[in-house]
Amino acid sequence: MTNPTPGPTPAAGTVERHLRARRGTGRGLLMPYLTAGITPGWTDYLRAFAAAGADAIEVGLPFSDPTLDGVTIQQAGETALARGASTRRILADLSAMPDPGVPLVVSTYYNLVLHDGPEAFCAALRRAGVAGLIVPDLPVHEAGELTDAAAGAGIELVLLASPATPQPRLAEISSRSRGFVYAVSLMGTTGERAALAASAAGLTGRIRRVTDRPVLLGFGISTPDQAREARRHADGVVVGAAVMRRVLDGAGPDDLRVFLATLRRALDAGSQPGV
Amino acid sequence: MRDVPLWREPVPPDGTTMGEPEARGRFGEYGGRYAPESLVEACREVEEAFRQAWADPGFRGALARLLALHAGRPTPLTPAERLSQALGVRLYLKREDLTHTGSHKINNVLGQALLAARMGRRRLIAETGAGQHGVATATAAALLGLEATVFMGERDIERQALNVFRMRMLGAEVVPVTTGSRTLKDATSQAMRHWVGATGDSHYCIGSVVGPDPYPWMVREFQRVIGEEARGQCAAELRTGVPDHVVACVGGGSNAAGTFAGFADTPARLVGVEAQGGAGAARGRLGVLHGCRSLFLQDDEGQITQAHSIAAGLDYPGVGPEHAHLRDLGRARYVTVTDEEAVGAAVRLARTEGIVPALESAHALAWVIRAAGDGELPAGSTVLMTLSGRGDKDVSTLKELL
Ligand SMILES: Cc1ncc(COP(=O)(O)O)c(C=O)c1O
Repeated sequence: MTNPTPGPTPAAGTVERHLRARRGTGRGLLMPYLTAGITPGWTDYLRAFAAAGADAIEVGLPFSDPTLDGVTIQQAGETALARGASTRRILADLSAMPDPGVPLVVSTYYNLVLHDGPEAFCAALRRAGVAGLIVPDLPVHEAGELTDAAAGAGIELVLLASPATPQPRLAEISSRSRGFVYAVSLMGTTGERAALAASAAGLTGRIRRVTDRPVLLGFGISTPDQAREARRHADGVVVGAAVMRRVLDGAGPDDLRVFLATLRRALDAGSQPGV
Repeated sequence: MRDVPLWREPVPPDGTTMGEPEARGRFGEYGGRYAPESLVEACREVEEAFRQAWADPGFRGALARLLALHAGRPTPLTPAERLSQALGVRLYLKREDLTHTGSHKINNVLGQALLAARMGRRRLIAETGAGQHGVATATAAALLGLEATVFMGERDIERQALNVFRMRMLGAEVVPVTTGSRTLKDATSQAMRHWVGATGDSHYCIGSVVGPDPYPWMVREFQRVIGEEARGQCAAELRTGVPDHVVACVGGGSNAAGTFAGFADTPARLVGVEAQGGAGAARGRLGVLHGCRSLFLQDDEGQITQAHSIAAGLDYPGVGPEHAHLRDLGRARYVTVTDEEAVGAAVRLARTEGIVPALESAHALAWVIRAAGDGELPAGSTVLMTLSGRGDKDVSTLKELL
């Protein structure tokens, strides 16, 4: 059974505690995304993201068949794989990196999780200092085996909600998600868009009715204006393709720090949800 | 030495094999609905609509009429007289090559197109490899007044140019896919991405027994007509009533699933023949791709590897979940043949029976020829083989080789 009354979760993990604390200061949350292994010194981007005021960082493990990604992140994944990126090497790079100071949330497709098995995969994430996990092709009704493995390893498994999700299912997703609820702003793939989708407001409103977990809006959010608008509906934003397009165009960690700082300012200036 | 796996005795028929999947669309440990959250509701709607339609005699009747009047069913069971004599076995061909549009794909597509119309959808989305499923989709869309958008890898567009022209002539939009291996796997990914943004007015018409629940089950049910017709024809034609072996080629596995479904509860030995370079059932490992848990070709890091086959329709790195399950059960066996064997078989069928088969179907025949030669098929045994399609689409490929 789901509990529709908002209330703090006693068993909250690192990601959720961190996001709740930051939200508590009135700040809009920012989670930039990076395709891991995209350049030889790719972890430098993560440090730059943290320095720009990221509240968590999504680290994408590239997969050969990214069925929920648009062209930019597809291309980033192909580039990383062509460079020889693999789960093993990426986690080794993360282990070797100094603590960025914000939680790392890995995202990838379920095939890579199943490859060594959910237990071994989650344990490896944990050893590399990762706190959370997003699997876009693992909907809540198939998430049982990974939920247990993740909980056992102390990894927070973040579930996604979509504009097409019916309300009872939304309640189940919100209650079983850990860390935060990932609100997919639109019916589409990842990729930059000209405007925040109209479906975003309705979805976040429906999620808020069933949980007080942090809610991050992702998919398509590309500009400071869109981030400011998203902040009116959600606790914060995930920014992926807008980051990766710049990286693919040759922007370095410093360039990305400057770009993310513009999003940071927009989120700081934006009003809080429902206010 | 060729690696000939031990021939396990078929699992005794229990009447439930190849029935409805278990809860949550499972065939043993395979199957399921590993779709992005944005597609889960759409999959649920397809399942609900299919369950209602399949239980509705009106829908069944309408489909049977289309299959008879438009697709030309039932298809004959042809004894391959001269080839049988040469091989020392009794080979019967289930002639899906004689259907309208030239392959078994039309059986599934007419079912899904009728379903889409019943669901109020105005457009069909499809992926295609050889172009046969794309042509069938374009055909059904034209017949029922729907639009069609077909995703096709750039490489397949080159090698199946005639089918691309046919689809466009039928009024379909053909969208080239330029990512990855530029073949069926990438066309499928692109079709799924497109569907995420089009669930409101479009039905994703998957062309094989793959994808999220209910597709593997639904497509097998729409293809079951092959096996049921063949069962009846064998009963009338064979002294034993049931053939000793039932053989079909396997890409995703829809013509094989439809054929096997007619014989799952008999003692017939079921054999699926894969392309050497696309052997998901014979060489794949557990994974999740395109919405289902099944067996896929992967590298040591868990990345899906590219399949390679002269037959575009077998150029898929995985296999439908029910085949993975039948393999585990030992109810069906999966074997592979090379490009050269398939081409040789195509020529042989042309010269002994006057039939130019699709290169996909030629794989099934290549195994029959090999197995008759090395004694795996004992002399005098009866073999039913599904000839899934005709070879017109492959003549330019064959012309370069021969
Ligand atoms: C003639 C023919 N046979 C077989 C196949 C393989 O598909 P399946 O394994 O789903 O029957 C195709 C696919 O394009 C085909 O065109």
